[in-house]
Amino acid sequence: MFWNEKAECMNKEEKEKIQLERLQKTVKLAYENVEFYKKRFDEIGLKPEDIKTLKDIEKIPFTTKSDLREAYPLGLLAVPREEIVEVHASSGTTGKPTVTAYTQNDLDIWGECIARGLKMAGAKKEYIIQNAYGYGLFTGGFGIHHGGNRMGAITIPISAGNTQRQLDTMVDFQSEILTCTPSYAAYLGESREKAGIPLEDINLKIGIHGAEMWTSELRNRIETSLGIKTHNIYGLTEVMGPGVAQECKQQNGMHIQDDHFYPEIIDSETGETLDYGENGELVLTSLTKTGMPILRFRTKDLTSLIGEKCECGRTTVRMTRITGRSDDMLKIKGVMVFPSQIEKALLKVHGVTPNYLIHVTRPDILDEVEVKVEASKELFSDEMKEMERVEKQIQSSIRSETGLRVDVTLCEPESLPRSEGKAVRVIDEREFE
Amino acid sequence: MTVKQISIFVENKEGRIKKAIDTLAKENINIRALSIADTTKYGILRLIVSDNEKAIEALENDGFIVKENEVILLSVPDEPNGLNSTLAVFDETGINLEYLYAFVSSKTDKAIVVMRLENMEKAINALNKNNIKILDTQDIKDL
Repeated sequence: MFWNEKAECMNKEEKEKIQLERLQKTVKLAYENVEFYKKRFDEIGLKPEDIKTLKDIEKIPFTTKSDLREAYPLGLLAVPREEIVEVHASSGTTGKPTVTAYTQNDLDIWGECIARGLKMAGAKKEYIIQNAYGYGLFTGGFGIHHGGNRMGAITIPISAGNTQRQLDTMVDFQSEILTCTPSYAAYLGESREKAGIPLEDINLKIGIHGAEMWTSELRNRIETSLGIKTHNIYGLTEVMGPGVAQECKQQNGMHIQDDHFYPEIIDSETGETLDYGENGELVLTSLTKTGMPILRFRTKDLTSLIGEKCECGRTTVRMTRITGRSDDMLKIKGVMVFPSQIEKALLKVHGVTPNYLIHVTRPDILDEVEVKVEASKELFSDEMKEMERVEKQIQSSIRSETGLRVDVTLCEPESLPRSEGKAVRVIDEREFE
Repeated sequence: MTVKQISIFVENKEGRIKKAIDTLAKENINIRALSIADTTKYGILRLIVSDNEKAIEALENDGFIVKENEVILLSVPDEPNGLNSTLAVFDETGINLEYLYAFVSSKTDKAIVVMRLENMEKAINALNKNNIKILDTQDIKDL
């Protein structure tokens, strides 16, 4: 039931010893090979040798997404370029994308982490994985694929979309594992019911879902409609991709692969490190990656850590379900969206005012976005078809900027709330409890 | 030849139409004809009023988006099929109707039709050719 029992079940002393050794190695690698880290350390007079205990990690400055952006595309490599074998990147719609580069060693680690997750969820080598995460620069598709390969299971790289084909594949291949975003899993479940395919005709047992926030209600919906047990998976491009953490069968927190990634929780405002059990922003440090080691990356994801040994027998630190993000970035239908992107899209349309409000809801199982925009004389017309054209134009502008299909509502001038200082741009009414 | 209509953007929210009408009433502006085109979210209130300039100023001061544009006004017999001979003209010449609304006045036995067409110039020509009288601002003042 363990992919790597030694790593996943080691006691605290062993774990901390390994973590410290690896942290020191990573810090040295980063300091000696990456200009960015050297500069950061030198600025505060910090030397790799100063990291004598795990607690000393708190001396290291944080790394943020914008640091990665500034280093675009390959500014943070700690190895010669010829050692890099794969890259992935965030969507990059807010400016430069953030790129992560992997050596063969890094890909092996990625595969190892995913394989641990697969095994945690009950996967067997003879199982077929229907990998409906998108393949491409996005880490989801390839990440799972590397894990499937590592495990030696058949991985069907079906990628996201084409629902009919997904259903056919479930029936024809009798795939046991489905990997995709939770909202797509729910959609597939619904589609199966609509298509009248009986549960007996498919053979799915396990679902591994992540890349967006989801509720336990949605989990129930997926589990019932596909006859599976689902497992929340966590990861982010900047650190590696999916597989940093994943739920076991207990479904009680995600096991962080803490011999590869060192987790901390901080107060988003003060940057101060918080104790286990306290809710705050997750900060991750890679312990074994060599292509692009990352020190104290601020994930902006809000969660808390659980230190106790899990009933499954694993001792790896667990993180609770993500409850939100510390900044205004939204994850909608698995896609990262900044209000600034919406603003950019709006302002591309002639006559549109920068007065807008993004209203995110989840009336059923899928996210819905309504963008309210104050109308102006320039875009108002006495003709309905002209008004509809404007709305469509705004919609498609937002779509090409963010990839999201949103509902556009034109409002009267001055009708949206104004606030002193920072404008309220987002009302997120989704509940993730 | 044409008459200027004003259009007001109104959100589909309680009291917004009333607010617009109140604004006009306060300025003593008479509404001769009114129609509303609506979606679930907003409506376009179209009005023929006694004083466009005053109306636009008052409405804009109250935060409304207002536009002025040309429409064609015709009088048609207030009887079954009264409108069709006019519409036939547009049919024949292939001019599309954007919208149409109508009202009746106690001062005439005819119905007044307000129309906006895809090609206003072509529409006016077609009506002239068929000797259909187009009402002007003076005509409706007397109604």
